[in-house]
Amino acid sequence: MLEVALRHRFGRAGFALEAAFTAPSQGVTALFGPSGCGKSTILAAVAGLLRPQEGRIALDGAALLDTARGIFTPPERRRCGVVFQDARLFPHLSVAANLRYGLRRAPRDATGPGIEEVVALLGLGPLLGRQVPRLSGGEKQRVALGRALLSRPRLLLMDEPLAALDAARRQEVLPFLARLRDAAGLPILYVTHALEEVDALADALVLLEAGRVLAAGPVEALTARTDLPLARRRDAGVLLACQVAETGADGLSRLAFPGGALLTTLPPGPPGTRLRLRLRARDIAVALAEPRDISTRNVLPATIAAIQPAPAPQEVFLQLAIGPSLVLACVTRDSVARLGLRPGLALWALVKAVTFEHRVAAADPPDAPAAGA
Amino acid sequence: MTIGLAPEEWQAVRLSLEVAARSVLVNLLPAIAAAWVLARCRFPGRLLLDALVHLPLVVPPVVVGWALLLLFGVRGPIGAPLQEWFGLRLVFTTAGAALATAVMNFPLIVRAVRLGLEAVDPGLEAAARTLGAGPVDRFLTVTLPLMSPGILAGAVTAFAAGLGEFGAVITFASNIPGETQTLPLAIYAATQTPGGEATAARLALISFALAVCGLLLAELIARRMHRWLGRG
Repeated sequence: MLEVALRHRFGRAGFALEAAFTAPSQGVTALFGPSGCGKSTILAAVAGLLRPQEGRIALDGAALLDTARGIFTPPERRRCGVVFQDARLFPHLSVAANLRYGLRRAPRDATGPGIEEVVALLGLGPLLGRQVPRLSGGEKQRVALGRALLSRPRLLLMDEPLAALDAARRQEVLPFLARLRDAAGLPILYVTHALEEVDALADALVLLEAGRVLAAGPVEALTARTDLPLARRRDAGVLLACQVAETGADGLSRLAFPGGALLTTLPPGPPGTRLRLRLRARDIAVALAEPRDISTRNVLPATIAAIQPAPAPQEVFLQLAIGPSLVLACVTRDSVARLGLRPGLALWALVKAVTFEHRVAAADPPDAPAAGA
Repeated sequence: MTIGLAPEEWQAVRLSLEVAARSVLVNLLPAIAAAWVLARCRFPGRLLLDALVHLPLVVPPVVVGWALLLLFGVRGPIGAPLQEWFGLRLVFTTAGAALATAVMNFPLIVRAVRLGLEAVDPGLEAAARTLGAGPVDRFLTVTLPLMSPGILAGAVTAFAAGLGEFGAVITFASNIPGETQTLPLAIYAATQTPGGEATAARLALISFALAVCGLLLAELIARRMHRWLGRG
């Protein structure tokens, strides 16, 4: 487990950071927030590249930083693999030498994947003989991932690794990030301001704003809350963990989640594949009676758990319980009045099968390594 | 005027090359250290050190040569112990000519090395740190290779300039054929000799050619290195 508690002020009246959170020993913890919220500063402090005025950072109980006890482990001895936004590959070394740089400096007793495994995992084979300045942005970032992983770190830190790439390159690198997360078995701290990357990769979320932690916890739980900035987005909605049940003869795939199943037009992969769906609140309608003669394929029995205000004054969020799962639906106040909606009321939630956007699967590596740019 | 050179003229060319090369070798490590301190360290006397490093650029070369004579002369505070303990005499020797040339060219090398160092992205050094590289390791495997275009450019420029150092050399090391008479000193001697115009012209032409070659080489190396590092 990674424990972080920091206090740092830039300049006398400058930006102040005061943040504390913990990250689990497995999986991706995303530090999410707008530009300038302090998420990259936190990452730099964990890496040791920034020395905060006050704080304590501990990994599995051992302090990397403790200003109260005068402990500061320099970055070269922290064993935190860092992937920077700008890749920072060494331009005077070949791709292979870049990959070996951290490996050669890792402690002898450190365990981790070897060069061949990492090359296969990230599809780096065709790049090994290439010169760094000749790589595309996406290729550089994949090599940087490999280099960080090969330094046999105890923790991976990623500072907006996709932010400098265009949309096509992001889609090229994202599946490799998912593979690395599943293969590395390391805690990963992932800084981003892109919700898409949170949806695709994050297990836990730390929401930051103006240098403070607004909320922290499992992604699914935080997306069901309506009091966070997440709910103010147009794409607000619950992230639902699903498993592919089957693909029917009609080409629709059935995705099971605790409490029900959804028919979707997504091509989600073989049965058993775990993936996550974002159920946008504005895409969910409710009906008091089970509707018939309707094109909507998903008609799920639900109960209103709570009614909460939405950002627009004429809208509200319905928190709907479908079995143990919570989803959000956004409806008008007028509908609440017309239908007499109130907490505890049983009704039907309607979700169109075509509304879902493809999200990267939780454990669904691409069939073949991408062939580069 | 004949193209072929007399033996003593060849000697001047060879001596010039030797003095310039030795001056560059002597300068490299101190220049890298000075560039590092000036580019990376913040301390109260930094401006003063900066001025001191650049002094040979603005002080008349004769004054530099005279100062060296005072310091490194056989009775000087540095020259006397050198002679006594190591049997090393610098005045009126090739080594002395190289020292005078080195002092004159020191600012040239420091400037080029410093520019090379300032072109190194500190982010790459930070990346090396996170990959487990300590200070010396980091300097040798990341900083030094990345600043090498500046080092090479400085070395070649200083070598080309060193071929022509006159004032400091003639003051400190005198004008001794075969020992300290480099190209410019030989040209000067020829112009002082009746009928020496042809010799002066031949040696001047060689000086000119060597200087042009040096500058072209520096430019070529710089381009190569920048392409290697993907900067150009």
